[in-house]
Amino acid sequence: MKKQKLVVIGNGMAGMRTVEELLKLAPDLYDITVFGAEPHGNYNRILLSPVLSGEMTLSDIVLNDFDWYRDKGIRLHAGKKVTKIDRRARKVLAEDGTEEEYDRVLLATGSTPFILPVPGSGLPGVIAYRDIADTEMMIAASVNHRHAVVIGAGLLGLEAANGLKLRGMEVTVVHLADWIMERQLDKTAADLLQTSLEARGLRFLLGKQTEALLEKNGRVGALRTKDGIDIAADLVVMAAGIRPNTELAESARLHCHRGIVVNDTMQTYDPKIYAVGECVNHRGTVYGLVAPLFEQAKVCANHLANFGIGRYGGSSLSTKLKVTGIDVFSAGEFMGGRDTEEIVLHDRSGGVYKKLVVSGEKLVGAVLIGDTADGAWYFRLIKDQAPIGEIRDRLMFGEGSLGDSGHAAGHNAAAMPDSAEVCGCNGVCKGAIVKAIREQGLFTVDEVRKHTKASSSCGSCTGLVEQILASTVGGAYKPASSADKPLCACTDHHHAEVRRAIREQKLLSIPIVQQYLGWRTPNGCATCRPALNYYLVSTWPHEAQDDPQSRFINERAHANIQKDGTYSVVPRMWGGLTNPAELRRIADVAEKYKVPTVKVTGGQRIDLLGIRKEDLPAVWADLDMPSGHAYGKSIRTVKTCVGSEHCRFGTQQSMKMGVALEKMLFAMWSPHKVKLAVSGCPRNCAEAGIKDIGIIGVDSGWEIHVAGNGGIKTEVAHFLCKAKSDEEVKEISGAFLQLYREEGFYLERTVHYVNRVGLDYVKKRIVDDETSRKEHYERLLYALKDAPDPWAERVAGPARREFEALTA
Amino acid sequence: MTDWKNLCALEDIPRLGSRVVKTAGGDLAVFRTSDDRVFALNDKCPHKGGPLSQGIVSGDRVTCPMHGWLIELDSGNAVAPDQGCVKRHEARVEAGQVLLRIA
Ligand SMILES: Cc1cc2nc3c(=O)[nH]c(=O)nc-3n(C[C@H](O)[C@H](O)[C@H](O)COP(=O)(O)OP(=O)(O)OC[C@H]3O[C@@H](n4cnc5c(N)ncnc54)[C@H](O)[C@@H]3O)c2cc1C
Ligand code: HEM
Ligand code: SF4
Ligand code: FES
Repeated sequence: MKKQKLVVIGNGMAGMRTVEELLKLAPDLYDITVFGAEPHGNYNRILLSPVLSGEMTLSDIVLNDFDWYRDKGIRLHAGKKVTKIDRRARKVLAEDGTEEEYDRVLLATGSTPFILPVPGSGLPGVIAYRDIADTEMMIAASVNHRHAVVIGAGLLGLEAANGLKLRGMEVTVVHLADWIMERQLDKTAADLLQTSLEARGLRFLLGKQTEALLEKNGRVGALRTKDGIDIAADLVVMAAGIRPNTELAESARLHCHRGIVVNDTMQTYDPKIYAVGECVNHRGTVYGLVAPLFEQAKVCANHLANFGIGRYGGSSLSTKLKVTGIDVFSAGEFMGGRDTEEIVLHDRSGGVYKKLVVSGEKLVGAVLIGDTADGAWYFRLIKDQAPIGEIRDRLMFGEGSLGDSGHAAGHNAAAMPDSAEVCGCNGVCKGAIVKAIREQGLFTVDEVRKHTKASSSCGSCTGLVEQILASTVGGAYKPASSADKPLCACTDHHHAEVRRAIREQKLLSIPIVQQYLGWRTPNGCATCRPALNYYLVSTWPHEAQDDPQSRFINERAHANIQKDGTYSVVPRMWGGLTNPAELRRIADVAEKYKVPTVKVTGGQRIDLLGIRKEDLPAVWADLDMPSGHAYGKSIRTVKTCVGSEHCRFGTQQSMKMGVALEKMLFAMWSPHKVKLAVSGCPRNCAEAGIKDIGIIGVDSGWEIHVAGNGGIKTEVAHFLCKAKSDEEVKEISGAFLQLYREEGFYLERTVHYVNRVGLDYVKKRIVDDETSRKEHYERLLYALKDAPDPWAERVAGPARREFEALTA
Repeated sequence: MTDWKNLCALEDIPRLGSRVVKTAGGDLAVFRTSDDRVFALNDKCPHKGGPLSQGIVSGDRVTCPMHGWLIELDSGNAVAPDQGCVKRHEARVEAGQVLLRIA
């Protein structure tokens, strides 16, 4: 059968989302052609703001590159504007004469910026803010010119103004209304926001109407207001609103009225022609944010695929301003009125304002400035029209105030129901994210973004996605779940039970453990095998046999696998100290093996990235330095500051202490990675407060802090005790780590371990009980006795076949 | 289809492990299970091309080191809910030698 022809007009966010959804449902139904007036693939228009402000580059925001179209068999006419739809002959015609026949058309022409009809609006230097070309023009102008004026203080205008300011221009925002973002904020909130934007150097002229733009040297030179004020302006950005782009639809005589009119299945008055996006008027509403457009796309794709299920019923909206460091959230009926009541929290000098608008038993609107962490929760309550009578007295304090207060704060994400929406733009709910994290083993926000699309559009839910990651990946470490969660699907036994059996029964190999505990699978899986291997080698050092095949590739190859399958090599630099000979060898290796990237790591040493696996043993041999174990669930680094040997503030010799600790801990495997830092005085230049163990010099000796973490969720280390001498620091740190090594669950960081057992317990075992401390310390030293350098071993020994390929 | 070729001794592949095989048509991965059966797949995960040879082998499956997809060694299919398939090649053990026939 011949495929039907679908012609998409408008290569933007709504149109291409519809195509993506359609391909998911019916990959082979249509022969698809896409026309786009812009000469690019589809990109994330929302993120033009961070591009303007220099926080992202254009290549970061591409959604579908040309290869994507080719791979999907889509004919893309980029840079060709469609000028005519001949409905009788069922053909569309582009500016340059390109013609395509269609069986169905999808109109997704977006909006055009509203250009104020004032004298001078056509001058060079006057632009709108809509696409890549505008953004590039603004960036270019910021290089050569000084004064920018932005007309309009809505979301778009403020993001433009902020970006231009960050590019070094003097920016004035001229706005007609009496306060900024009047469509999203009340006056109090707007004033607070204005104050923080003014603190960044933006100037505001409110209640001003533009009369004309004045010329100077062939381009715009000033803006004149109705009341006769002239403002210098080498660049004028019009951000005074957008209009649905209905030009083409109207010329084809499709019914338009403030947008192309569509029904609930996104069909126009011509049943062969569908429309989605900002160009559409649905039940009298025109949307200007991506979340509703993506909902439209889903419905439209379903009907294009001939499934005929689903109707678009309209959307509620929430907004966030994308200015880094300034948090603004608004949703629903934020102004309030006669039939509503308001709950308000206002801390002017703290820069926080929260207003909740309540109508009867329901939350109907919210405005948050300064602290928007609960925005998603409020938005959910508004959308679901949930009764809030019961929780009204705590509503203002956020979702975290509802659960039992024993849990650490900030775990909103954990409390959210699976059905709760996390990413408004892409309509991704928490359940989908958690499922993806679990099943695909995701552990970075980037991966979650790729797998689920959550936080891939405006990015304002990134924080929430991070929390979900932390609570999903870290969920296994929390007392309630980890104590009674089986290791994996291969067994019903929990980590603690497995550890106990290995210790009490003196089990010495993985098959024996699996047999003894009745594993369901023949060899276990990629989750339980590394855990079992760690439990064996940590419980029975020098007796249990380490099994390389049960280690993740990084620990098997003793290098970090990179996304392209090459490896990175991080040689150890004790305490971050190095010398000319080592540096020379590193430089030689980098040249000899054409290492593409050489980077100084966060752990005070040097990373050689992009090495082929076959080359690893030779690279190690040439380096002649010990492994940095930058790849392992193991001791990573001991970061040090220079300390009293050189620093005029220093009270203790932090480098010496750091080197001693790192040598003591060399090649120590642990439940998860372990990082230490030593600072010579409380100024703490080595950032010891966020390490698994942080040692800080004071006049009388050292302070020891434990269980800090600089990861997804920063955790400040807890003060454990003081130590008078270097030897005492070694003993206490060693004992603490041994306790963690013996009791921690695999993949449990020190912070989660200490949270699980409690700091008091740790103090009792390590600080108060001297015998217990000494025993732990001795067991650690015994375990680490004669620890070989894995690199040297592999350079010399038989394990080399791991690195050698066969040929056929 | 090419002829059967002698690749290496069975002992050259670790149990529950694999070796990379360089061929004109790209890298293959040859796996050995705990009961000494061998399988050969293209060394390219159907997800994003991760090197399957570097994964952890358990039972008749390998876990890709990149994002943890599970791939069936005998069919080359990804285990649900993931979807995808990697090309297989024939491999068998004869007299302690691993024989390979590249498809
Ligand atoms: C700087 C900026 C920041 C934004 N920030 C946010 C935000 O934080 N959150 C949010 O939700 N939304 C934001 N938006 C709005 C969001 O980008 C739009 O709602 C969304 O892009 C609209 O999608 P669309 O497909 O309807 O239109 P578009 O993405 O504009 O796509 C329409 C495309 O059709 C093309 N076209 C038009 N006519 C023709 C023709 N005749 N022939 C061929 N091609 C044609 C256009 O060139 C355009 O590429 C922002 C917008 C901008 C400009
Ligand atoms: C596979 C995943 C990861 C890889 C390959 C990786 C690799 C590295 C490497 C090579 C370094 C340099 C440190 C050194 O010299 O040893 C480093 C540092 C660091 N990593 Fe990771 N990492 C990973 C995941 C993470 C995660 C999940 C977190 C957070 C929980 C994290 C937090 C850090 C921090 C905070 C540093 C800086 C350490 C310091 O300042 O001393 N990393 N990482
Ligand atoms: S922490 Fe103290 S001793 Fe160390 S470098 Fe900083 S100021 Fe100097
Ligand atoms: S590349 Fe194999 S799981 Fe992603």
